[in-house]
Amino acid sequence: MSEPVIHTEELTRTFGEFRAVDGISFSVGAGEVFGFLGANGAGKTTAMKMLTGLLLPTSGKATVAGFDVFSETESIKRNIGYMSQRFSLYDDLTARENIRFFGGIYGLSSSIIKEKSEALLSSLDLIAVADSRISDLPLGWKQKLAFSVALLHEPKIVFLDEPTGGVDPLTRRRFWDMIYEAADKGVTVFVTTHYMDEAEYCDRVSIMVNGRIAALDTPMAMKSSFGVTTMDELFIRLVRPTAGDGI
Amino acid sequence: MKSAVLVEGVTKKFKTVTALSNVSLKISEGELFGIIGADGAGKTTLFRILCTLMLADEGRAEVLGLDSLKDYRGIRSRIGYMPGRFSLYTDLSVEENLKFFATVFNTTVEENYELIADIYTQLEPFKKRMAGQLSGGMKQKLALCCALIHRPDLLLLDEPTTGVDAVSRREFWQMLGRLKEQEITILVSTPYMDEASLCDRVAFLQDGTILAVDTPAGITGLFTAPLFAVRANDKHKLLTHLRSYPHAGSVYAFGSTVHYADSRSSISTEEIEAYLLDSELQDIKIEKIEPGIEDTFMALMKTDKENLHE
Repeated sequence: MSEPVIHTEELTRTFGEFRAVDGISFSVGAGEVFGFLGANGAGKTTAMKMLTGLLLPTSGKATVAGFDVFSETESIKRNIGYMSQRFSLYDDLTARENIRFFGGIYGLSSSIIKEKSEALLSSLDLIAVADSRISDLPLGWKQKLAFSVALLHEPKIVFLDEPTGGVDPLTRRRFWDMIYEAADKGVTVFVTTHYMDEAEYCDRVSIMVNGRIAALDTPMAMKSSFGVTTMDELFIRLVRPTAGDGI
Repeated sequence: MKSAVLVEGVTKKFKTVTALSNVSLKISEGELFGIIGADGAGKTTLFRILCTLMLADEGRAEVLGLDSLKDYRGIRSRIGYMPGRFSLYTDLSVEENLKFFATVFNTTVEENYELIADIYTQLEPFKKRMAGQLSGGMKQKLALCCALIHRPDLLLLDEPTTGVDAVSRREFWQMLGRLKEQEITILVSTPYMDEASLCDRVAFLQDGTILAVDTPAGITGLFTAPLFAVRANDKHKLLTHLRSYPHAGSVYAFGSTVHYADSRSSISTEEIEAYLLDSELQDIKIEKIEPGIEDTFMALMKTDKENLHE
């Protein structure tokens, strides 16, 4: 693997007695599509918050895009992209305004923002609706725009938190086409999902159970080492023992 | 059979958006009925009209034999509604929430406890915990208990499994199966295609219009093109290669395989294999398969989408 874009060693975060993330170690390489799976409450969100510079770890080590998660959180935030289904664009702003807003947040100059806005709007075929409020756009278009906006400042890595939740099956697949395109250009994609078929689209996946990484491999190798045929089966087998507690 | 829900020509508009467009639907008593559709399809609007929380612009609805306009009070006491957003009182404990909902509906937790016992026993260890402090899976179970505590005749569940992991989703559907045995009619909406097969009947909803209503088997019967699951060493290349095949119908990634529909009525795996062998692809495997709910949904919606946007 080339110089890893994410590297963690025994990364841990506790809340009082509770070990939300309990010593996770892994690396993600440039241009890799990495699926970060786990049940609700397994520690995914806490881990993501540490990797995006929003939450300090309790112990362990980690770098993201070459920056330290303890001491260089501001540099991390500037050098990553982030998108989630729940929060990505401002509904009350137009497409053009959203691009300008996020470009400004990421410190791009106004001339670069102007240039990038036009290029982006035309490549996404959004010129005609560039000045309509985002809330009036179909979901699929919003999503394409949100993903592009997350990549506006050309980050090395983009974090996608359940980007396809609640989306129709066609739009979901078109979104994955965009993910592949970005990865082909060398962007590292770190993605969470509850759709097990999407786990199959990742180069490698990790599955978190109770704050630990219970499995990490290519989907193919993981399935064969557990002797199952689908990711769904694999996921249930790993997560089932804790699910019985009603958590 | 008597209908638990009857919707006739319901249309609902919000400014420029038509949330529901001339929707008609009939759900029988005791059915487990699924509304399958993405965000923005109109699922929540339909639920709100049936809950008597919103008025339709046109058309009418009957719930449990009662008119949604004239008898809205009668309807409200006999339905259980679990909205898509968590809407319990976060600063009340688990047991306080349950007690509150029981009181509102003029009953007690004890009176209908056996109906929720199965689910509530999983929450019992945390009964003193504030509802806001629960994990996602537990919140969902508590919300279901609160919707059930007055033993409704009709349960309306709006996207109960969105954002829920695969294991908890499976358990949730097992719970619904047990409630169905108690003769409660259940109307549930979901964006997950795999959940459709667990319903007695489903309606596909897209952009406010019903694309199809049928049993899961009836729905997949609508997909008539020959369908194949294809594998190769490079999935992305396989997709583009299959899409450029002159006889290609739909070509979509499905987990580790690509589902390929051919536009001809009869076609052998050998013909497709011969075409793919000319490419640089390796480890090619082709298998004829039966279409699933998701294949059918995409086939139905594609034509629709093309008219609309593309």
